[in-house]
Amino acid sequence: MPAFKRYFRNSSAVMGLVLLVAVVLLALSADFLFPRNPLSLAGRPLQWPMANPRFWLGTDNMGRDIAAQIFYGARISLLIGVVATSLAIAVGILVGAVAGYYGGLVDEVLMRITDAFQTLPNFLLLLLLIAVFGSRIEMVVIAIGVVSWPAPARLTRAEFMTLRNREFVEAARLSGLSDTRLIFGEILPNALPPVIVYASVVMATSILLESSLAFLNLSDPNVPSWGNLVGLGRSVLRSEWYVSAIPGFAILLTVLAVSLVGQGLNDALNPRLDEQ
Amino acid sequence: MQLLSFALRRLAISLPSLLIILVGVFGLLQLAPGDTVDALLAQMGGGDAKMIETLRQHYGVDTPAWIQLADYLVRLVHLDLGYSAIYGKPVADVIFERLPVTLLLMASSLTLASLGGVVLGVIASRYVHRWQDTLISTLGMLFYATPAFWLGLMAVVIFSIKLGWLPAGGFEEIGVEYSAWGRAADIAYHMVLPTITLSLIFLATYLRIMRASMLEVSTLDFVRTARAKGVDETSIVTRHILRNALLPLVTLIGLHAGTMLGGAVVVESVFTLPGLGRLAYESVVQRDLNTLLGIVFISALLVILVNFAVDLIYARLDPRIRGKGN
Amino acid sequence: MSHRLAVEGLSVALPKGADRPLALDNVSLTLGSNEILCLVGESGSGKSTTGRAIMRLLPPSVRIQAGQARLDGQELFSLPEPAMREIRGSRIGMIFQEPMTALNPLRTIGDQIGEVFRVHTKLTRTETAKRVQELLSEVLIPDPVAAAKAFPHELSGGQRQRAMIAMALALEPAVLIADEPTTALDVTTQAQILKLIRDLQKRKGTGVLFITHDFGVVAEIADRVAVMQWGKVVEQGPASEILNNPQHPYTQSLIAAVPPLKPTARPPCDNEVLLRVSGLSKTYGRKTLFGKGRVTHAVRDVSFELRRGATLGIVGESGSGKSTTARCVARLIAADTGSVTLGSEDLLALSARQWRRESQKVQMVFQDPFASLNPRRRVGELVAQGLVARGVDRGKAMDRTRLLFEMVGLDPEAVSRYPHEFSGGQRQRIGLARALAPEPQVLIADEAVSALDVSVQAQVLDLLESLRQRLGLSVLFITHDLRVAAQVTDELIVMKNGEMVEAGRASDILENPRHPYTQMLIGAVPGRNWTPPGHAEAAPQ
Repeated sequence: MPAFKRYFRNSSAVMGLVLLVAVVLLALSADFLFPRNPLSLAGRPLQWPMANPRFWLGTDNMGRDIAAQIFYGARISLLIGVVATSLAIAVGILVGAVAGYYGGLVDEVLMRITDAFQTLPNFLLLLLLIAVFGSRIEMVVIAIGVVSWPAPARLTRAEFMTLRNREFVEAARLSGLSDTRLIFGEILPNALPPVIVYASVVMATSILLESSLAFLNLSDPNVPSWGNLVGLGRSVLRSEWYVSAIPGFAILLTVLAVSLVGQGLNDALNPRLDEQ
Repeated sequence: MQLLSFALRRLAISLPSLLIILVGVFGLLQLAPGDTVDALLAQMGGGDAKMIETLRQHYGVDTPAWIQLADYLVRLVHLDLGYSAIYGKPVADVIFERLPVTLLLMASSLTLASLGGVVLGVIASRYVHRWQDTLISTLGMLFYATPAFWLGLMAVVIFSIKLGWLPAGGFEEIGVEYSAWGRAADIAYHMVLPTITLSLIFLATYLRIMRASMLEVSTLDFVRTARAKGVDETSIVTRHILRNALLPLVTLIGLHAGTMLGGAVVVESVFTLPGLGRLAYESVVQRDLNTLLGIVFISALLVILVNFAVDLIYARLDPRIRGKGN
Repeated sequence: MSHRLAVEGLSVALPKGADRPLALDNVSLTLGSNEILCLVGESGSGKSTTGRAIMRLLPPSVRIQAGQARLDGQELFSLPEPAMREIRGSRIGMIFQEPMTALNPLRTIGDQIGEVFRVHTKLTRTETAKRVQELLSEVLIPDPVAAAKAFPHELSGGQRQRAMIAMALALEPAVLIADEPTTALDVTTQAQILKLIRDLQKRKGTGVLFITHDFGVVAEIADRVAVMQWGKVVEQGPASEILNNPQHPYTQSLIAAVPPLKPTARPPCDNEVLLRVSGLSKTYGRKTLFGKGRVTHAVRDVSFELRRGATLGIVGESGSGKSTTARCVARLIAADTGSVTLGSEDLLALSARQWRRESQKVQMVFQDPFASLNPRRRVGELVAQGLVARGVDRGKAMDRTRLLFEMVGLDPEAVSRYPHEFSGGQRQRIGLARALAPEPQVLIADEAVSALDVSVQAQVLDLLESLRQRLGLSVLFITHDLRVAAQVTDELIVMKNGEMVEAGRASDILENPRHPYTQMLIGAVPGRNWTPPGHAEAAPQ
């Protein structure tokens, strides 16, 4: 598999993967390293990092252990990233494939709906959905998925439109294959690489969207989200800026990891431009 | 003329989308727990059954949803966005008070992001795989991964709290008398941090697209033709590659109009700017559904207008598009 | 004869990992003033690389390893880049294969031609505009004033190539390098462009290095010929010598593979009519929610009959509707009106479900050997999947696939490989196996050999012909190439702008065309007066 080899020859792509694995390890080891509820009172509030050996990242204004919240927060970010992205990509592929394959009126209707979603600022729609359906973490994940599908849908549609009249698809049609098999068996595998690469963008955006919501205090208050902690630190920004700084940095590293992996995949799957 | 008719045709296509948005959001808000009257009552600290009844009639929330919707759409055509019970004045007034701040923020961020993105992207592509490219691309990656609200807070810590160079928030100094120019300068001074905060993620995206697009275009046949004519490398970039490479960027800017407006919600909240985004946030918290619906309508309209402008620019750049519909 | 351009011992190295170390191996050529030297070869022979190396416009990964190129005595390869830039466009001009992509889509034709003057001369804006007008008139563009203001997409392919020629000849260069300049053009346009190049070359005394793969074009235009294979010049000499009395075995085999324009003697086919197409029409016009676009008649009222065991050719230029007709017959495109009767059944009247069952009766071989095979499936799977979809047991389908591979001249064990492991000719054989798998009654070949090199083309045509005889196939053969049509068809239809202009026996049409368009089409075939040697005895039967 040359794409596989190309990926590992790219140092920034490998770095992204290492970072991503590190975030996964944080999420996995949270229970083991911090068996207590990360949202419960742990000690005196606002202890600076390294000041107390028990709290090496310090405590927030409510006396909770920041390190524990960082570890558990990795779970939430990954959960959001994976589930919301899968949802958005699945819906996007379905809509894009049907619109691109059938064209005509079906395409027209689906694209007007996609337009509508893209015309409404996605964060505003997210606010609306949260306002209506509440901010339980499941709702937040679904809402982020719902606002993120239009771009993958457009991408899939564009791929399908160039592929649907390729000779190999016409040949498969003459072989007597059904529409479903043409869409999913013949066209989709060829349309998938750019969509997979784009999934990393959706994942990065999803993580950022959730942390923005949490920062505004609109996400689930009962889960340890990095964005929540950044928002909490705002009130003590003047003196104890580390409360906001540390979780924000964690978000940055996670999004960076996802983006680097995405770009590495892109370079591995489309090796034409940077060759010269 | 051809150019305008092209853009107008594109504008016509966005009308059904606008209708879908309004109907969809109106339907969505019907599902919301509690209506305007409940919100109002919560603010007043409750009321008796008769008063609730009267209020419901007054705000028309006791009629079937589809009649309310039809009413709303008819009023929209007359540019009447309804009445905000929370703010105690017409929604249109509430929104138009806030709109200029957001428009200014978006315009300045868009300018910074696109100019910066183009310049950095072009430099990176000209020095591809050398240190200039590595530096710019790495910075781009970092900018892209940085959450805007956090960037804003950290900028406040450094530039306002530690260094004291720039204001930590607000749109202008309150209670100070300025001349017109003085006021403009004061506002500009207040907009520096918000603009940088909102624009960096877009700048990062644009520089990446611009770099890739420059590299892609430089492999095309007509660039080879230009070389075969004896055109020097600088002129090849400025006269042949650049304009072609701008096309995907222009498309992207149109697609990002909505995203940027969404980003304004967060940035206005960080810097306590009295803009549309903050109004949206407040309306959600206070359940002011009429205002929320008004904001949805205005922001959709704004996005459509930005896309109209983008279409005009695109058609101006690309003669091939002018004859076509979409 | 004085040499304008002399290339000596030119070697060009390919990057590591390429299929061979040298793109060009010790190439030596001379080009006199006032002559056309045709550099001819198949794909990968290095003919285009030679042209680019002289211009020093090779991609960065490929570099000149050894050799010299002298233009009027001045060595080019050792010149500093700015001095070389002075030469490009002023003393050596260049034109390319695809005039659409070779022109900047965002700038007007006049601006792009004028750029040559801006770069190399100190002419004022008005003087430049005047020269552009003169040049456009010289290359016989209709309405030069409008053409100067037009963008590339507003001109036809032929006009674009004329503009390219005007640009390349703007400063009366000593040498013009023409890299397959007519390959992307229709045959009638090609004839005009060839004549234009010939006329301008004579008038201005330019030396032309004409790169082509087409021996017909060589016969039409060349004074001298150099034949390339695998980066080497294997033979060069005067055109008449090379064309009629080739010495090198490779040249001999290439020329023997060129189909002559003379129709082969085939016994008349009197079998019953198998496929009857009548009144077939197809219009395109995008309907949207907001108004509708222009309507174009892709196919208008086409009717023909295909007899069992015969080959019916449909010829025409691009946009003639020949491919649309084929796709309507195979129901890949829904026709607006008309009927396609196979035996006694109207195929177009079948429901989609019925057609999926019956589609085995009509199968198709496609043009592009790369785009016609799904890159993500094993080739055996590609051939077998139609059988499996029609309910054949998987094991049986694979057995049959192996048999088919043998029939089309491929190794039966190759079924488990992927398409990218095969050459273009082999891919067309796989496509043929796929089409033959469900035992069709009608085989449609849509430009099936057009993308192949001439020697491979001859092999695939031979295979098609022998299979047709062996299996009693009836073939609908779509092509733009009258030479190929002359070799394989019994009957011929000539199409233009979606309509049939002439139909009849192939030999009648080719030897006594009646419609003026057919006459023009045949008159435009390059090298029509040249009959490749060795074909008199090679004709079958």
